[in-house]
Amino acid sequence: MAGNYALSVVTLILYFAYTGQAWNVMMGFAGQLSLGHSLYVGVGAYAAGGLFFHYGIGPWAGLPLAILFCVALGLIIGFLAFRFGISGVYFALLTIAFAEFTRIGFDHLDWLGGPGGMFLKVAQRDTWDILNFRGPPLMYYYAMLFLCGAALALCSWLLKSKAGYYWQAIRENEEAAQALGINTFRWKMLAVAISSAMTAVSGVFFAFYYNNLFPEQIFHISRSIEIILGPIIGGIGTLFGPILGAAVLTLLSDGITDGLAALGWEIPGIKQVFYGVVLLAVIMFLPNGIWPPIARKLKL
Amino acid sequence: MDRRTFNRNIAVAGAAAAFSPFGIVRAQSQKLKVGVILPRSGYLGFIGQSCQKGADLAPGVIKEMLGVDIELMNADFESNVDTARTRAERLIQEGANVLVGPFDSGAAAAIAQVAEQRGVPFVINIAAAPQITEQGYKYVFRNFQTAGDIVRNGLDLIGELFQATNTVPRTAVYMHVNDTFGQAMTKGIGALLPRRTQLPFKIVDTISYDPAAKDLTVEVSKAKASNADFLLLVCRLNDAIILRREMVKQRWNPMGIISPGSPGMYEEQYYKTLGKLSEYSISNVPWYNPAAKLTKIVEKAFLKQNPKDRLEFHGLNAGFTFEAILVAADAFRRAKSTDPKVLADAIRQTNITEKMTLGGPIKFNEKGQVEGIGSACVQNRNLLPTVVLPTGAATAKPVFPMPGYKKA
Amino acid sequence: MSFDLVANVVVAGVLTGLVYGLMALGLSVIFGVVRVVNFAHGEMMTIAMYAATVLFASLGLDPFLCILPAALAFFLFGYVLQAGLINPFITRPEHSQFMLLVAVAIIMVNALLMIFGPSARSIQVDYQLESFEIGKILVDKARLFAALAAVVTAGLLFSFFKFSLIGKAIRACADNHLGALVVGLDVKKLYALTFGLGSVCVAVAGCAMVLLVDVTPPLGPAYTLLAFVIVIVGGLGSMPGALLGGVLIGVSEALAGLLIAPSAKSMFSFGLLILILLLRPQGLLGKNP
Repeated sequence: MAGNYALSVVTLILYFAYTGQAWNVMMGFAGQLSLGHSLYVGVGAYAAGGLFFHYGIGPWAGLPLAILFCVALGLIIGFLAFRFGISGVYFALLTIAFAEFTRIGFDHLDWLGGPGGMFLKVAQRDTWDILNFRGPPLMYYYAMLFLCGAALALCSWLLKSKAGYYWQAIRENEEAAQALGINTFRWKMLAVAISSAMTAVSGVFFAFYYNNLFPEQIFHISRSIEIILGPIIGGIGTLFGPILGAAVLTLLSDGITDGLAALGWEIPGIKQVFYGVVLLAVIMFLPNGIWPPIARKLKL
Repeated sequence: MDRRTFNRNIAVAGAAAAFSPFGIVRAQSQKLKVGVILPRSGYLGFIGQSCQKGADLAPGVIKEMLGVDIELMNADFESNVDTARTRAERLIQEGANVLVGPFDSGAAAAIAQVAEQRGVPFVINIAAAPQITEQGYKYVFRNFQTAGDIVRNGLDLIGELFQATNTVPRTAVYMHVNDTFGQAMTKGIGALLPRRTQLPFKIVDTISYDPAAKDLTVEVSKAKASNADFLLLVCRLNDAIILRREMVKQRWNPMGIISPGSPGMYEEQYYKTLGKLSEYSISNVPWYNPAAKLTKIVEKAFLKQNPKDRLEFHGLNAGFTFEAILVAADAFRRAKSTDPKVLADAIRQTNITEKMTLGGPIKFNEKGQVEGIGSACVQNRNLLPTVVLPTGAATAKPVFPMPGYKKA
Repeated sequence: MSFDLVANVVVAGVLTGLVYGLMALGLSVIFGVVRVVNFAHGEMMTIAMYAATVLFASLGLDPFLCILPAALAFFLFGYVLQAGLINPFITRPEHSQFMLLVAVAIIMVNALLMIFGPSARSIQVDYQLESFEIGKILVDKARLFAALAAVVTAGLLFSFFKFSLIGKAIRACADNHLGALVVGLDVKKLYALTFGLGSVCVAVAGCAMVLLVDVTPPLGPAYTLLAFVIVIVGGLGSMPGALLGGVLIGVSEALAGLLIAPSAKSMFSFGLLILILLLRPQGLLGKNP
């Protein structure tokens, strides 16, 4: 029993590491700031969750459906944005608008539970049932660990591939890249598609790990911000940044709670003030994240 | 108590257990560690702190009543569901034998998962979403009404209210928050009202609104335009205040504001902010029995810890939180063990007749739900929540329609 | 749906919209000139609202009297914030700016929580629940006064930018950064000045808003989002655009709430934002990029 708390904390770290890595593909690789990534987590979760809730169909069939919906959404947003020449802060606002629009929309979708939420039935928690994705916390931990590893491998491969070079060119100077004959539209769309697909998987995991979905929570803008904190603190565009960032942030949050409790400072809000101050410090003094200086020290 | 002291106590208890001749520490000298998880900060902070008052007075009262020692481990889940999950995990990690909380249905669903996964009993003080006790959980218990029960009791009390005041309102406009709670209540009303043929009114318009909205001009305009006799309202605290003010601004004076069972209008903040305007609002909610023996004991303890406060303002919150801990302590007394499975079985056998809230004895059915919890018609009178129905527990007569009622 | 109902709702929408517009005006000025995405905008307004409640509680000052001291204090606050914290971030990528201000916002919201606690605070003045009766239309007194304050402040700001020398200098910076530097303008100081002026708008909007809405610490983020929607719809860098955007959002939300479901009215604003971003990204009154 003793290890279970630590297990749940590590699973959470891995979850944010993976989702942060997915977001990183759109931002760090293709330079498009998405502040509404909770949209994909939510749609993925509800797609797989809805299938299970209404038709009893397990997560492995829900997975492709979730990916399909999320990629479609991502492509729509990407198309609308890139064709109309929307970038930078305008693109970010567009993503926020889509996420908020969807959040309120799902709040009114009674078929998927509405504001009352969707509760998925849990058959058992003892044995590893990979087909139905049901089992002890240890199983979920390994699942997330596997996903993180796969994401790392995928991103590593992408960075070294042609896509990686084109993305770098687009990120540095899109007009110059276009002048060189790179179809920037196509490559940006690819980044969006990959990012949303990966995030869809996060959503499916979320649905079957937590087993209750509420639109107010899963689509909320604070979730989107949570997702991007890891990569930004760790280091955008780097491979290990999101993982390091997620770990540091979660441990920091826990550490502050413990530290404050030990000092007896139990004033509501004080923990988040500390948290904000640390964030501020990192942003001001380590603008490229924590990982690059460490990587330099380790001569990577 | 903080973690360091707690860990020290564990070490001492552990040493005692190791050296005791029977290898088992005598049960009655053991303490029951109750993990109290409430939203003491965030948007539910005010209500969480109210619930905490009920928890804080519990150890003293229970020691006197049952002779058992309980130790509270308090955790704040900051009105955030994810935090609720991790704090619950952590409480269990730190040795909580039973969890009590959390006031909010979303958090309750999350904590229930953790409790079920870890096999630790979880006694819900307040949460109305019916699904929580429909998941087949073995370790989750709820001593509170589900939304369906709340609606049923609420509507019945409305009928009693009309009878007691000799009034026959024909129309009502139904306004409700569009969140988990509001939705559950709306479903309940939709299912039950048509069957209550003895109730004289029909709902002429339904207006749902965002609980976080700061401007309810449009909603109140619509409600006023419906020309309904009274306002049937399912709300939370801040929106109730905004609505009441907006009603004054738009000069809408219906026969009354009746809640079939939602928080808000009986909370201290409502009186403090609205002053005289809070008068005569009616909430039909689970409540404590002012005349019960246990109520008097709890009230004494409450006033000792909170000399400048009144139990009336925290009746629902503190009352049910206290009772949840009482359930845990009572089970501990019978089980003579802190083993979670034994405790859970003992809780299942609970039958407490000496309680402070209205209704039948505390007995859990096979889903872990208590049936037969009563509601009271609570009206705001002289800036205090006052029980006006049922007559057995009432301390004043109901006033309806409220003074100032102007037929549109 | 009677005409009275619609008229009442539209009037209320216009008045509230004007106050939103003032808040957005501050953002438009900041974003238009300094090009910084101020994601702590709503939080700053929340601080202004709290300041008004404190002044009211301790000195009995009506919020409209609080405007002058609040404006002064906020001007300084904005100036220092920009010069001290934000300036080095102007040349940094957008996500860095965003995160900087998100961190600032988190600190602001939670510091407010620490100081004031989670329960709502409000101002109780006599005229707050009264309304003027114009025919069948009830005009909320407090709302009317708040809207007037918004219009006056906007007018003052507008004339400042159009007629004063400093105002012209700031507009020059916005139009052509390099040119301004070449001509010898102290761009850094002008940026700080602009941020200060934007903060003044926020202060006035806050004092006005506190009459209409109770303040709680988590109020900020929703207003930040609203300010951005209004600024984009009305047109970046256009002051009348901010007010127009505010009124438009105020009225459309009110009508959407009336005709569809009140709980879905924000959906309408976001839908409008998406449309504007796609079809006319410079906003209704913005200049063609």
